[in-house]
Amino acid sequence: MKRLLFGLSLIVPLAAPAQDAKKEIEKYQQMLGEGSPAELWELEGEALWKKAQGPQNVSFEKCDLGLGAGKVAGAYARLPRYFKDTDQVQDLESRLLTCMTTLQGRSLKDATARLFGNADRPSEMEYLVAYVVGQSRGHKMAAPVSHAKERASYELGKKMFFYRAGNWDFSCASCHGEPDKRIRMQELPMLSQPAGAQKAYTTWPAYRVSNSQLKTMQWRLNDCYRQMRFPEPEFASEATIALTHYLAVTAKGAPYNGPGTKR
Amino acid sequence: MAAGPMKMRATLGSGFTDVRVLMTHPMTTAQSNQPLHFIQSVTVKQNGKTVVEAQISQAVSRNPVFTFRLKGGAKGDKIEVSWLDNKGENASIETAVA
Amino acid sequence: MRRLLFVGILVAPLALAEPTPREVQDIHLRDFHAKGVVKKEAVAQDAVQRICTVTNDRPGAEIAKQLEADQMKTIAFPASGLMGDWKRGEDIAQSGRGMTFTDAPGTPNGGSCYNCHQLAAKEISYGTLGPSLQGFGKKRGSGEETQQYVYGKIYNAKAYNACSQMPRLGWSGTLTEQQIKDLVAYLLDPASPVNQ
Repeated sequence: MKRLLFGLSLIVPLAAPAQDAKKEIEKYQQMLGEGSPAELWELEGEALWKKAQGPQNVSFEKCDLGLGAGKVAGAYARLPRYFKDTDQVQDLESRLLTCMTTLQGRSLKDATARLFGNADRPSEMEYLVAYVVGQSRGHKMAAPVSHAKERASYELGKKMFFYRAGNWDFSCASCHGEPDKRIRMQELPMLSQPAGAQKAYTTWPAYRVSNSQLKTMQWRLNDCYRQMRFPEPEFASEATIALTHYLAVTAKGAPYNGPGTKR
Repeated sequence: MAAGPMKMRATLGSGFTDVRVLMTHPMTTAQSNQPLHFIQSVTVKQNGKTVVEAQISQAVSRNPVFTFRLKGGAKGDKIEVSWLDNKGENASIETAVA
Repeated sequence: MRRLLFVGILVAPLALAEPTPREVQDIHLRDFHAKGVVKKEAVAQDAVQRICTVTNDRPGAEIAKQLEADQMKTIAFPASGLMGDWKRGEDIAQSGRGMTFTDAPGTPNGGSCYNCHQLAAKEISYGTLGPSLQGFGKKRGSGEETQQYVYGKIYNAKAYNACSQMPRLGWSGTLTEQQIKDLVAYLLDPASPVNQ
């Protein structure tokens, strides 16, 4: 019988020069990728997916994420997309809200009461998202642009990416429109080009170690706009879905590798 | 916070068994203003026999991931990992070596 | 006479789906809401933002000059004493606080300088979105004109480069006059870590 004393500490770049710090961060990220708490969110999400809820007392198992009722495998890789029943382009979180309200009969007020959780209590949305995206692992990103509304969504998203506004005159492109830039020590993917979009979009949603939480795409956009000094975007609004659509299409072809793990 | 989900993978290598466990736990340390709540010990059993008993310090992060490499082992071996925290709460998980 | 058959190339469906700048702005006004210290109107574009957006930050020499002249008019240069305290300046350069929809009103804002720039050599956590400012005062000296330039640039960077990505820190109300003076000192004072 072995007795071991564990004192696991996060690898922190100390007084090392910037290049060494970068290597340490890469090592740390590799370690995280090989077994992430995100898998626990997937487990919990799967249980919630199968749980009967709401006035209709049904689970999400008949929820149509674009590939037909209840088909989850590969569905996230084909979002955002146009849905006939709502006559809208929807992303994953928007579609989950649709299933909560139409399938399960929950009110929109209840369904949106607590969309972002915290470290002590994740939200239902975060668990569900982790499960659904995990079921697209390995699938190639293939958000469609065949329907007229899908094309319009993509074009709107592209315009939004370059739209300069807010008190600091930022657009998404201010940080994500050039190659090989970083903010402090955080590398910034160039999201307007396939290589950068693929790397980023295939690893979000993600478990954020520094927050001990699973962060979704809607959260990611919300927090970007916050740091851009914009007002707050409406959750699952046409604007946020369009921007996601632009990212998803720019990332097309790359195999999905989420939910990811981030600093 | 009640014990959250746990997940374990045990894979056979050449002469060893790699075990990876994901745990849910707040690991609230003396650094926060909240009452201390952290895992104090982790026990690993191989086919019912205790092979690792680890004393965990407060320096471990929330929702920790533990990796162990055990000597030997064979496919189908029963690996059980359990933890006990300072409040007396515990959880365990069992899996077969793949 | 040659008969030429022109085949009109159909405008690609994608191009038809493009929203106009006005439509994009309206969608922003509809889908963003005020929160904390940030007003909803912040998503409506002013001239600089609109022109830079539609020209992909390359408005052409003439329009750039006009924009820069307009922006220069907004700068309130202090009557005297443009150099403040570099020690306070360092704190301001390090701080990323302020102007977001989760910032509490009334707390002092920072300049977020290290987010984009290298400054003091000893600080390795710096961004690369803007040029390195390491040794700035050492290279340019700390004369009146340089102080004026640095103050103006921090107050309203668009007065010097119409579509600069640098926020207009004075004009937007992010930093006070004293804070900008302290940053001028951080950049130009020979004793500042930026110039070691």
